[in-house]
Amino acid sequence: MSTEALGEEPGAEPPDTGAPAKSAAPADSADSAADPGALAWARRRRSAARFWRAYRGQRAGLVGLVALAVIAFTALAAPLLVGSDADSVTDAPGTALENPSTEFPLGTDQFGRSVLDLLVYGARISLTVGLLAAALTVGIGTLVGMLAGHYGGWLSGVLMRVTDFFLVMPTLVLAIVLATVMSRSVTTVIIAIGVAAWPKTARLVRAQTLAIEARPYVERARALGGGHTHVMRRHVLPNVLPLVLAQTTLVISEAILTEATLAFLGLGDPQVVSWGGMLQDAREAGAISSGHWSFLVPPGIAIAVVALCFTLAGRALESVLNPKLGVAK
Amino acid sequence: MTLLDVRDLHVTYGTGAAAVPAVRGVDLTLAAGQKLGLAGESGCGKSTLALALLRLLPRPARVRGEILLDGEDVLTMSWGRLRAVRWAGASIVFQGAMHSLNAVHRVRDQIAEPILLHRLETSQAAARRRAEGLLEQVGLPAARGGAYPHELSGGQRQRVMIAMALACDPRLVVADEPTTALDVMIQAQILRLIERLVAEHGIGLLMISHDLAVLSDTCDRLAVMYAGRIVEEGPAQRVFTAAEHPYSGALAAAFPTVGRAADRRAPQGLPGDPPDPARLPGGCTFHPRCPVALETCAADEPRLREAGPGRRAACVHVDSVKEAR
Amino acid sequence: MSGESAEKPGTTSKGAKDAKPRTPAGGRAEPGADGGALAGPLLDADGLRVVFPGRHGAPAARAVDGVNLSIGAGEIVALVGESGCGKTTLARALLGLVRPTAGAVSFRGAPLSYGSRALRAYRRRVQLVLQDPSGSLNPRHTVYDAVAEGLRIHGSPGDERAAVASALSRAGLRPPERFFLRYPHELSGGQRQRVVIAGALVLDPQLIVADEPVASLDASVRGEILALLLRLRDQLGLSALVVTHDLGLAWNIADRVAVMYLGRIVEAGPVEQVLTAPRHPYTKALLSVLPESGTEPVVLTGEPPDPARIPGGCRFHARCQHLASGAAASAGVAAACRGTDLPVLPGTGTGVACHLTASRAATPAT
Repeated sequence: MSTEALGEEPGAEPPDTGAPAKSAAPADSADSAADPGALAWARRRRSAARFWRAYRGQRAGLVGLVALAVIAFTALAAPLLVGSDADSVTDAPGTALENPSTEFPLGTDQFGRSVLDLLVYGARISLTVGLLAAALTVGIGTLVGMLAGHYGGWLSGVLMRVTDFFLVMPTLVLAIVLATVMSRSVTTVIIAIGVAAWPKTARLVRAQTLAIEARPYVERARALGGGHTHVMRRHVLPNVLPLVLAQTTLVISEAILTEATLAFLGLGDPQVVSWGGMLQDAREAGAISSGHWSFLVPPGIAIAVVALCFTLAGRALESVLNPKLGVAK
Repeated sequence: MTLLDVRDLHVTYGTGAAAVPAVRGVDLTLAAGQKLGLAGESGCGKSTLALALLRLLPRPARVRGEILLDGEDVLTMSWGRLRAVRWAGASIVFQGAMHSLNAVHRVRDQIAEPILLHRLETSQAAARRRAEGLLEQVGLPAARGGAYPHELSGGQRQRVMIAMALACDPRLVVADEPTTALDVMIQAQILRLIERLVAEHGIGLLMISHDLAVLSDTCDRLAVMYAGRIVEEGPAQRVFTAAEHPYSGALAAAFPTVGRAADRRAPQGLPGDPPDPARLPGGCTFHPRCPVALETCAADEPRLREAGPGRRAACVHVDSVKEAR
Repeated sequence: MSGESAEKPGTTSKGAKDAKPRTPAGGRAEPGADGGALAGPLLDADGLRVVFPGRHGAPAARAVDGVNLSIGAGEIVALVGESGCGKTTLARALLGLVRPTAGAVSFRGAPLSYGSRALRAYRRRVQLVLQDPSGSLNPRHTVYDAVAEGLRIHGSPGDERAAVASALSRAGLRPPERFFLRYPHELSGGQRQRVVIAGALVLDPQLIVADEPVASLDASVRGEILALLLRLRDQLGLSALVVTHDLGLAWNIADRVAVMYLGRIVEAGPVEQVLTAPRHPYTKALLSVLPESGTEPVVLTGEPPDPARIPGGCRFHARCQHLASGAAASAGVAAACRGTDLPVLPGTGTGVACHLTASRAATPAT
């Protein structure tokens, strides 16, 4: 139900006045004149603007979005900002485990590299893994959920049993197992997270698919001669997408956390700098016992902040797209 | 003395520029034992009016005018008094019987609830016995009281709703589309039941429906609403068969009579759509769809005026008809 | 996402697109008269049965339990009955949306095959209009997209824009360009139903199956939509099966009416005959409870029985007023009513499935 408030849809219904108001089709004088293509564009632009206005009303979501923009920019521009050799162990600029100074605002690691520079580089991995793993999760989840919801019958039975199997497996344990048996690389981490986290999305999408399939317009499409592909592409998918979109942002923050955990457990790619890996390095270097908080704390905070930002943005998106949920308010 | 006397009732949703008038000055009277039908299409304000009678409207609605129930103004009475009036003075039967019943309680207990609430019976057992008595009155075996709403058919649920409405012996029953979702035969059963109960208990019935044919068959008097106002009122059969207002006429013609040659292969409709309460046309609100509109209709909104014995209609043609005769 | 159909138009010849409206088929009052091209009925159901298996050990529901029904070219047939009588299932079976358990549907004499390509071709010719116009339009699609959907599914060549415009204006939405980019929620109920009808017309169908087409519309708008269906028949020779619970609607537009009770058609025939001189006690009862009927209402007690437990003998006997009043007993058919099944009525012409009527016809009442 109720994802119909997506940006595609122009013109909010008149407020529910109790007396059901039949809107007498406001005569858009322009409608009859200009080219339909251009008008369709104008409509889409207007609805995007409306969507942005609604999103802007969500203050927490706005904060999350701005913070994410800053972080993403920093990550993209990392080579320019801190130089491309910041993660090089051999020509590290400082000595091991320095305290914060003007040269190294967050001190150095056990090889003498700047923690701040590493932090900036770590954002690249965290975001990459988060985005790709979320894409994988949502991709598998949407596909499985839609197929199960649309076809029903034995296919649905099989798919949902598989889903249940993955659902009851603790995500982290599954990811650890996968990351252990496969070669240690970023790709492995992405696959491990993606494979472990999709069942929730699949359940969600299946429920939404079932709700949409019960609508009369789907029956009308069938009676017009529309096959499975048509119904799924033209009717189910557009109605599932807003839900999936909101879900994606929430999955990203989960994926970032899982990636950090895997790296902390030493299952990440040892060749690249990641926040989880930094935490593990800090632990191994004895930063905890020796009180080198400047090495230990920043990656932890960075992980928490990015995950929080995605969650804030996701919640805001959810409440804009799906006002009836009443979340984030 | 009249049971219900509504005077110049206005209901507006929202405020300022966004204000939408749903009911725009309605006068109604109903005596005990009488059946008044209120007809109109979606958005004409008839359901808003029903809710306003018991002050059941949501917050943003502003109500103006007087609603005298046994001489007492519902709009100004205290909260405690209103609670007492809501069941014992007047009760309401809604159209969606499924959604108006609580799915997790047995129907007997739901009927007993207002009885206990208003202390008509003090013990659970007595209230249940009374509830079972009510079920039998509406034609359900007392044993069905143990059922949950989903175990009943649509017609049975509507019977339960009626039993609930009668639980505290109200003087006035407002029935909002009581048979709309039901089949012809079940509808006939429910209408007979309502007629019988009204006659037995001397209740005043205000029945609201879009179905002019059903109302004219069931009720004594008929009021037709359009765009928040009553445009015609009079004895039910007369209004249905010989309407004075062109809208009532068109509405009546929309319900064909099986067997009448004039209706055969000639569905009657009215061009255009019912007006949006937020954008009412000026002058007579019906003039854009009216087949007999005059130029002046776009400017002046006619008030209800005498149109024969016991009849009133709001149309400029009413007078001219009278003069011509 | 422009939603072009994934498959090519297939083997269906594509000439009908530009065809001018067919000449009105026969006289409008002459049901069953063909336009000449077609001998026999346009759509024909023969011994149709649809059984839904019971869940969790419940008995199977015989929603449609032996129905013959023919719809001639240019004919409007009303299928009347209470909810749960199987009329909607029958309509869906005729459209190929539900596969019958037994019996056959044939279109223009050829039995319907349920391969996906054959069904797709069939659905160009036979279109569905549903009760709730708000629900039958995807809220995210513009009017243009909704009407063009059928063309895109079938990959119809030609000027899509012109086809959509012509369908909209045939459905009474003029000028059509003004409605192209509207969304369903910006339209009134009547306009939405016209869009749904335009979406059906755009494929130039020969038959429209309308399931309670006006039940959720305002009374004043209802007549306009019914008049539209009548006009389409007169101008395009379009046949229609109108599924409804409203006998007044049947009187308004139909040529022939079939009254359905518990999975069977119990009385069928020309509207004038069935609705003014009903012969089946169920039809009589339905007519008697209409407002303005002028006769003493026969209010049947109880609810329509369950298609999972169809009684033996005449399926109406448990509620029959003639059996209850003893009229059947005095005619000597009471035992037959309770114990002897009635034959399935023929799909054309008139018929009534009642032991009492049959016995009276055999021995004219004194």
